[in-house]
Amino acid sequence: MSATTGVRPGAAWRAVLAARTAPYRAVLASRVRAQRSYRTSFRLDLLGSALVGLVELAEVWVLFHSVGRIGGLDLAQVLLVFGLADLAFSVADLAFGHCDDLATMLRLGTLDVFYLRPQPLLLQLVTSDISLRRVARAAVAVAAVVAGLLVNDVPPTPRTVALLVVALLSGVAVSAAMFVLAAGIQFFVVDGAEMTNAFVYGGRYASTQPASVWSRPVKAAFVFVFPVAFAGYLPVVSLLGLTGSPWLPAWLGWCAPLAALWAWALALLAWRVGVRHYQGGGG
Amino acid sequence: MRATLRTYFRLLAAGFRRGSAYPLAALGGLVANATFGLLKVGILFATVEAGGGTVGGYDAGTMSAYIWLSQGLLGSVNLFGRTAVADRIKNGDIAVDFVRPLDVQAASVTTEVGTRLFALLPRGVPSVLLGVLLVGMSMPTTPLPYALGALSVLLGVVLSCTTVYLVAVSRFWLVEGRGVEMLYMVLSGFLAGLFVPIPLFPGWLRAVAGATPFPSMLQVPVDVLSGRVDLPTSAGLVGVQLAWLALTVVLGAVLTRAGRARLEVQGG
Amino acid sequence: MQGDVGEPVIETEGLGREFRVRDGLRRRTVVAVDGLSVRVGAGEAVGYIGANGAGKSTTIKMLVGILVPTRGSVRTCGLRPVQDRRRLVRRVGVVFGQRSQLWWDLPVRESFAILASIHGLSPDRERSRTDELVERLEMGAYWTTPVRQLSLGQRMRAEVAAALLHSPDLVILDEPTIGLDVLSKQRLREFLVTERRAHGTTLLLTTHDMGDVERLCERVLLVDHGRLAYEGTLAGLSRTVGVERVLVVDLAEPGPDLVTVPGARHLGSEGGGLRQRFAFDAEVTTAAKVLAAVSEQVEVVDLSVEEPDVEDVVRRVYAARR
Repeated sequence: MSATTGVRPGAAWRAVLAARTAPYRAVLASRVRAQRSYRTSFRLDLLGSALVGLVELAEVWVLFHSVGRIGGLDLAQVLLVFGLADLAFSVADLAFGHCDDLATMLRLGTLDVFYLRPQPLLLQLVTSDISLRRVARAAVAVAAVVAGLLVNDVPPTPRTVALLVVALLSGVAVSAAMFVLAAGIQFFVVDGAEMTNAFVYGGRYASTQPASVWSRPVKAAFVFVFPVAFAGYLPVVSLLGLTGSPWLPAWLGWCAPLAALWAWALALLAWRVGVRHYQGGGG
Repeated sequence: MRATLRTYFRLLAAGFRRGSAYPLAALGGLVANATFGLLKVGILFATVEAGGGTVGGYDAGTMSAYIWLSQGLLGSVNLFGRTAVADRIKNGDIAVDFVRPLDVQAASVTTEVGTRLFALLPRGVPSVLLGVLLVGMSMPTTPLPYALGALSVLLGVVLSCTTVYLVAVSRFWLVEGRGVEMLYMVLSGFLAGLFVPIPLFPGWLRAVAGATPFPSMLQVPVDVLSGRVDLPTSAGLVGVQLAWLALTVVLGAVLTRAGRARLEVQGG
Repeated sequence: MQGDVGEPVIETEGLGREFRVRDGLRRRTVVAVDGLSVRVGAGEAVGYIGANGAGKSTTIKMLVGILVPTRGSVRTCGLRPVQDRRRLVRRVGVVFGQRSQLWWDLPVRESFAILASIHGLSPDRERSRTDELVERLEMGAYWTTPVRQLSLGQRMRAEVAAALLHSPDLVILDEPTIGLDVLSKQRLREFLVTERRAHGTTLLLTTHDMGDVERLCERVLLVDHGRLAYEGTLAGLSRTVGVERVLVVDLAEPGPDLVTVPGARHLGSEGGGLRQRFAFDAEVTTAAKVLAAVSEQVEVVDLSVEEPDVEDVVRRVYAARR
């Protein structure tokens, strides 16, 4: 109509978004408050979380320290792989880690409560909690990334920034998808939830390694099915201009967004099938 | 005394049965074990290759034995730091256990050992078989290392349970007992040699690990069973395991008594 | 007579649900709900009773879209529960006995603020409805207490209030009074009566407590092995199975058994006749009449009336059917 209404559509859209996300924000805010109110406990959790990151870093260091170069990477290069992959996993763990508890929720029947609320189930599950303590582990990973960028003399070019952003966003998405995929499978194996550890935590372990050392079946699993190699090794090979390895050309690192899309397609499919199974009487 | 021995045997059997109650959980554990095993094969074989065929005294065959034996023991050695008795101390149910004519420490450890030993069947043996079939490994050809190895595995499992019991009784004094559990969980795997074999550690870190009971839970049983170390050394290592076991048992008994006294004074 | 009070809020036709369970190595099929056809009209209050495992929870889960029926059809508030779940739950409030919808580590007040946001209530609506519920259910005293510190009675009131926060057309309560003391039960029942009067809410209630059914429900549905075994009034149900109420009197001094009270049957006595028990049919006489007849013969110092137990009624219905 008039010139002044020109800004209205944007504002209206924001208002709708605010209203839509209000329920999720309300739950998450309460979770954050609850965690911060138990100060001693929270500090201890932060410390533990940081320690986990440090010990995992120490394992990588010990191994590379003993022989110098593994799978075509030296200690400095693998530091970058570890940092990127662990940062992606920690952030995903912070927001999605509690999806691991789905098996317990199914056993106790507490998932039923989500059915009584007018929001999509998966969104409710994901936003039902947040583990702030994981920021400590993410901080260790950030330190590793920064150190890795410095010791490898990575030039601060737009290409570097673009690749890092692509790698991190895709890495977080892939790791988060693994949690959702695991949740979908837990509808079927309530007692065997540990099975899903194979690709959630096995995936985390794999993502911090040089994928060049894997046998073909392992490559197939962790590059193409559960694409966690896109969170660390593959982008680093592209970033540092290293030569690729069999099956894994150097440009593959740029395909991380495709891997993220694939991982989410897989995860949403598993979730959908899982929910169907539950409604069919799995509980 | 004979009657109580029978009671403990029953507890052991009950723990064993508890393990068998969740076959799907055992299968899940096996799948996870095998996945981690294959990943360890990738990175550790590459390490051996990078070392020119041997690293820290390991070649491909002994490294494979290390990987699959340690994966097989993973379900049986408690590297998580959590037990049922910790919850009972936290919520006060332990008071009930104290009035029973059973030693709380012995009963708790026995039940736990039973459950853990059961895991050898669905998780331990299949993991090792997978390793033999998929990758192949060097194993001793004489019977003695197996006999000594079986003893060492048993000692490793029991030692992990007596050590975790120490973690549990810390709850008598610490409100945030979770912190000790967390510390145990983070450090035990690393210092027991779960992801990187201890001989690959730099000297000072090897010394740090040696000052804890953790290597005796995993690295030692694997070394003895795989025959990576010779028989006299193996016997010495089993002796070290026994020493750690004695130390943790005595310490556990003292702390249990002190915890009970504290409970009686404070009335739970 | 039933169901034509208004549009049906619940309507099932040949509703059935089977489960495949693993029995050792073999798999077998268990029928939890077996061809259930019921109608509940708008504004009705219906008691849904039956033994444990009769199929009550399974039915409720199908009504709100948690479970897909294996046969038959179901419409709740005119919607298909599974396909239209998100629209449906805006109009339904449910309390599942032991499954809390509150956040255990938060004060009650905060749980309600979050639920208001989840149901998209406007600030005005949230305030007025919350005030109404806090007052009627007397939650003021523990409004800022974390949920984990509440007594069972307090928590159950909070759960019911939480289910009613978005003013649903249909309220489904699964064992709302289980484990509550007499006073808490009383408060909850009184609240539900006023709530229905004020808002015309439809109520479906499963319970083991005959007092709940008697005070809250106009109509009873009784299930047995997933089938409807009785449908009608509670009085009619008692009549069918001949359930009697029991009057217990304590006398001023021990006396002989009073076997000649009109309309009542002497059940027994304790303490040498100090306490005597009489069974009577509520359809034929009343507790007051029986008491009057007893008082003509002896001096009564104390009395109580024992309600028939739902379990007992259910058992008798089941026995009669076999």
